[in-house]
Amino acid sequence: MRTKKWPFVYVGLVTVLTYVPILLTVVYSFNESKISSVWGGFSLRWYGELLRDRDLREALVNSLILALFSCLAAAVIGTTGAIGMYRKKSRLNEAVAMVSMLPIMIPEIILGMVFLSVFSLMNLPFGMVTLVIAHTAFCIPYVYSMVSTRLVGMDKSLEEAAMDLGAGPFRVFWDVTFPAIAPGILSGVMLSFAMSFDDVVISIFVTGSRVNTLPVKIYTKLKTGVTPEINALATVLLAVTVLLLAGAALVGRQKRRRELPPGEHSI
Amino acid sequence: MGKNRLPSQKRTPWLLLGPIYLFTLLFVALPILYLFLLSFLRRAEVWGVDFDFTLENYRRIFEPLYLNTFKESFRLALLSTSLVALLGYPYGYFMAKMGPVWRRRMLLLIMIPFWTSALIRLYGWIIVFRSNGVLDRLLMGLHLTEGPLKLLYTYPAVVVGMVYSLLPFMILAVYSCAEKLDWTLAEAARDLGASSLQAFWTVTFKLTLPGLLSGVVLTFIPSMGLFFIADLLGGNKIVLVGSVIQEQITRGRNQPFAAALSVVLLVLTTLMIRLYRRLTGTAKLEGLV
Repeated sequence: MRTKKWPFVYVGLVTVLTYVPILLTVVYSFNESKISSVWGGFSLRWYGELLRDRDLREALVNSLILALFSCLAAAVIGTTGAIGMYRKKSRLNEAVAMVSMLPIMIPEIILGMVFLSVFSLMNLPFGMVTLVIAHTAFCIPYVYSMVSTRLVGMDKSLEEAAMDLGAGPFRVFWDVTFPAIAPGILSGVMLSFAMSFDDVVISIFVTGSRVNTLPVKIYTKLKTGVTPEINALATVLLAVTVLLLAGAALVGRQKRRRELPPGEHSI
Repeated sequence: MGKNRLPSQKRTPWLLLGPIYLFTLLFVALPILYLFLLSFLRRAEVWGVDFDFTLENYRRIFEPLYLNTFKESFRLALLSTSLVALLGYPYGYFMAKMGPVWRRRMLLLIMIPFWTSALIRLYGWIIVFRSNGVLDRLLMGLHLTEGPLKLLYTYPAVVVGMVYSLLPFMILAVYSCAEKLDWTLAEAARDLGASSLQAFWTVTFKLTLPGLLSGVVLTFIPSMGLFFIADLLGGNKIVLVGSVIQEQITRGRNQPFAAALSVVLLVLTTLMIRLYRRLTGTAKLEGLV
C-alpha cells in the first residue's frame, strides 16, 4: 500500500487541537495573575494555595477512598460473575448479565436519578456508603466485560488438563484460570478506577452535603467562579495520569519484548 | 463440551454467581423498576412521595416548556454526534492504517485526555472562550475581530465542549473496528478495477460501519444527559433534559416528575440501541470498553 502524507497530517492536527485546552491549563497554572486572561509572570503561587486548601485535600482523599472501594468491590463481583456465567450458560444468566451491564448503557443522569430515588426510599443516609454502591454498579460492567473477553479467549482444555492431572477446583483456579484472566481483571480495575475517580454526574446525585468528591468539588468551584487554583490542580492530576500511562506503556513494551517474537504486537 | 464437564462446574456456580445476581437484583434491576413506578406517583405536599397513581407527570412533559427542552436536547445531541462522527471516523480509520508503533503512540495520546478529568478538560475551553480570553486575543491579534466575541456561554461553545468530550469514544469505536479489518479486501476491489473511492465506499466503509454506528450510539446517549457541559460552557441559557431532571430534584424537589423525564429519556435511548442492533445485527457495542 502506498503511504500518503495527509492522513498523518489530519490525525496530527486533530490531536494537537485536543491538547490545546489541556496545555493552556498547564501554562496558566504558573500564571501569577488571578485573572486568567492576563499573564502576570511565572509563579508557583497557585500550587501553594492548592497545598493549603483543606477542602480540596479532603475531597481528594474521599475520591481516592471511593474509587478504591468501588473498584475492589467491582473486581470481586465482576470477576466471580464472569467466571460463573462462563462456566454455566443459561438464559437466566444471560439476562442477568445484560441487566448488570445497564449502568454503563443508560445515560449517566438516569443512573444518578435511579440511585437517588431508591436511596431516599430506603432511607439510606447520603454519603460514602451510597457513593460506593452507585460507583460499584457502574464499575462492575467494565470488570465483567474485560474478564469475559479473556475467558472466551482462554484455552478451555487447559482447565480440563489440570483437572485430569488431579488438581482440585481451587488449584485449577489459582494455577490456570487466574493467570489467564489476570490482565483482564487489571485493565477492568484500572478503567473502573479512572471512571469512578472522574465521575461527576452520578456523584452529584448520591452524595450527601458533608461528603464531597474531587470532581463534585471542582464542579462547584467552576460554577461559582474561576479560581486559578483549579489550573494547578489540573496540572497535578494531568502529570499523575501521564506518569501512570507512560509507566503502563513501558511495562507493556518490555513484556512484549520478552514474550513475543519480533513483528507481533498487542495493545 | 457438554458431556465431560469439570466437577467444579456443578458446585461452584452459586458461589461465583451469587454476588453478581444479588448486586444486580438489589442495586440495578429493582431500582430501575422503582424509577418506572415513581414516575406514576405524586409528589407529597411537604417532602417525599405519595403512593397514589397518576399520569400527571407524563402529561406535564407535553407542556411546551418541557417538550421544547426535549427537542433542544435532541437537536444538540444530533449536531454533536454528527460532528463527532465527521471528525472521529477519519481519525480512527487512519489510525488503524498506521504501523503498530505509531498506533500504540496514538492510542496513548488519545488515552491521556480521556483519562484526565472531564471537568478539567472543559475548564481549558473556558480559558479559551472567555471574554478577552485566549481565542479573543488571538483573533484580535490577527486583526480578524475588533473586540471580544463573548464566546463563552453561547451555543457554539457548548457544541465544542460536547464534541471535545465525546470524540475519544468515536475514535476508539471506529479504530477497534477498522483495526480488525482485512485490508486485502479493499486491495482486491482495486485489482478488480474499482477506483479508490469506489473501493472505500463498497468495501472498507461497509465493513467499518459497525464501528461508526457504535460510536454514534456511544456519543448520542451520553450527550443527552451531560448537563454539566451545557451548564459550564452555556451558562444557564441552554437548558437540556439533563439540566431539567437535576433541577427538578434539587430545587423543585419533585422526584416523580424527574422520574417521568428520566423514563422518557431512557425509552428514547433504548430505541436508539435497538435501532443500532437492527442495523448491524450485533448485540455488542464496538469499542465500548
